[in-house]
Amino acid sequence: MVPVCPTDALPPGEAIRVTADVPAPVAVFNVDGEFYAIDDTCTHQDASLADGWLEGCAVECPLHASCFDLRTGMPSGPPAKTPVRTHAVTVVDGVVHLQVGVAAEGAA
Amino acid sequence: MTATVAVVGASLAGLSAARALRARSYDGRVVVIGDEAHAPYDRPPLSKEFLAGTYTREDLALGTAADEALDLDWRLGTTAVGLDRGRRAVRLADGSEVRADGVVLATGARARRLPGTEGLAGVHVLRSLDDAVALRADLLAGGHLVVIGAGFIGAEVASTARGLGLDVTVVETQPVPLAGPLGARMGAVCAEVHADHGTRLLSGTGVARLVGTGRVEAVELADGRRLPADVVVVGIGAVPNVEWLADSGVTLQGGVLTDARCATDVPGVVAVGDCASSWSPEAGRAVRVEHWTHALEQPTTAVATLLGTDPGTRPAVPYFWSEQYGHRIQFAGTRGDGDDVRVVEGSCADRSFLAVYERDGRPVAVLGVDQPRLFTRWRRQLRSAEPALP
Repeated sequence: MVPVCPTDALPPGEAIRVTADVPAPVAVFNVDGEFYAIDDTCTHQDASLADGWLEGCAVECPLHASCFDLRTGMPSGPPAKTPVRTHAVTVVDGVVHLQVGVAAEGAA
Repeated sequence: MTATVAVVGASLAGLSAARALRARSYDGRVVVIGDEAHAPYDRPPLSKEFLAGTYTREDLALGTAADEALDLDWRLGTTAVGLDRGRRAVRLADGSEVRADGVVLATGARARRLPGTEGLAGVHVLRSLDDAVALRADLLAGGHLVVIGAGFIGAEVASTARGLGLDVTVVETQPVPLAGPLGARMGAVCAEVHADHGTRLLSGTGVARLVGTGRVEAVELADGRRLPADVVVVGIGAVPNVEWLADSGVTLQGGVLTDARCATDVPGVVAVGDCASSWSPEAGRAVRVEHWTHALEQPTTAVATLLGTDPGTRPAVPYFWSEQYGHRIQFAGTRGDGDDVRVVEGSCADRSFLAVYERDGRPVAVLGVDQPRLFTRWRRQLRSAEPALP
């Protein structure tokens, strides 16, 4: 497991980009107290989804408006056609941890 | 419940309308009519990745495996030539017709051409996949490219052509490029990027004529200068594809006139995307918007209107982007010429900044160059300040 940050460093509506100790950058989001993690790079073009627009359980790519469901990684519309991978997130002793390569529950 | 909806236009707006119909559980027949032979594809990369050769045709495809479940009746490579209001029928160029209870007009726009250049080889516009294939073939031969018009298409083509090693000159009639969408000050800032990358920009210069017999050889400017040209790209705007509706009873006013909910004045007929001139409460008049996100989002409203259901979503803040010379330019909101422009992050000299347009002390638009994170925050803030549909 990769420690990300204390839970209070990632308040609701915010996202953080994780680059250390992961094979590819991961974006971790706080949606009303629930944490979600997906691959940070949009499958359409090189853009950081952690910079994107969080709306409910979806993030919109900051460049071309592709939307991804944080729970499943599925794109909901163009231009992206390929899902992003999801990663399991757990909170241990007040610290957000990432299980890279372990798909989140319910992911496609 | 209607039994057939005809969607006229098979690009982003048309496909989005078809998807929206099914998303709203419309279970009748959906016929999608498109004048191009190609299945729906994404146009923004045509001036960028596709022209540069880093995207294939497959990369451009808008359709996904999930679309097969939509059960659409495709009529591709078929041009609509008329709409019979009384019989609610769309007439096609092949002599057939599609009777429909509801019609979505999504015929888009075409590139405006320079009069008198038809049939001159080496002169291109860029709107369709076929345009891009032809232009790329000419660019690969190298030489001198002259781009007429320093708008977004012109600037993107110039950028891509520089990347392919061509010598590029951009000619712009207006004293400052992009002054319409960005305002004079920020238009000037964005125009400076051309020189950073070795593209010559000649602003405030009209084109007198193209020189050449059979194939273009030069562009002659209004001031008498002659620019040698192996390839010319004309990027001087787009014209809505609405002539086919001239006798339909649908009101045309710089596009198909609609209310804020996409309804035309013919019952059962809605219009979306680049061909539609829709009432904008913000602007206080009907406006025709050519943005990609508009073509993606507006059909949701149009389909709700057609089916008599609540659109549910508030209209989005106008948003567009451009990519030139590796820079990502993003703009959201509705700008006016009297707005104050303030750079709130970065600097124009560094080609990385965020500028906010303010009216009466209130932010109305935002421009970001290589600032996607901050731009997204401002774009969201603009949206939360936007009034809901009346």
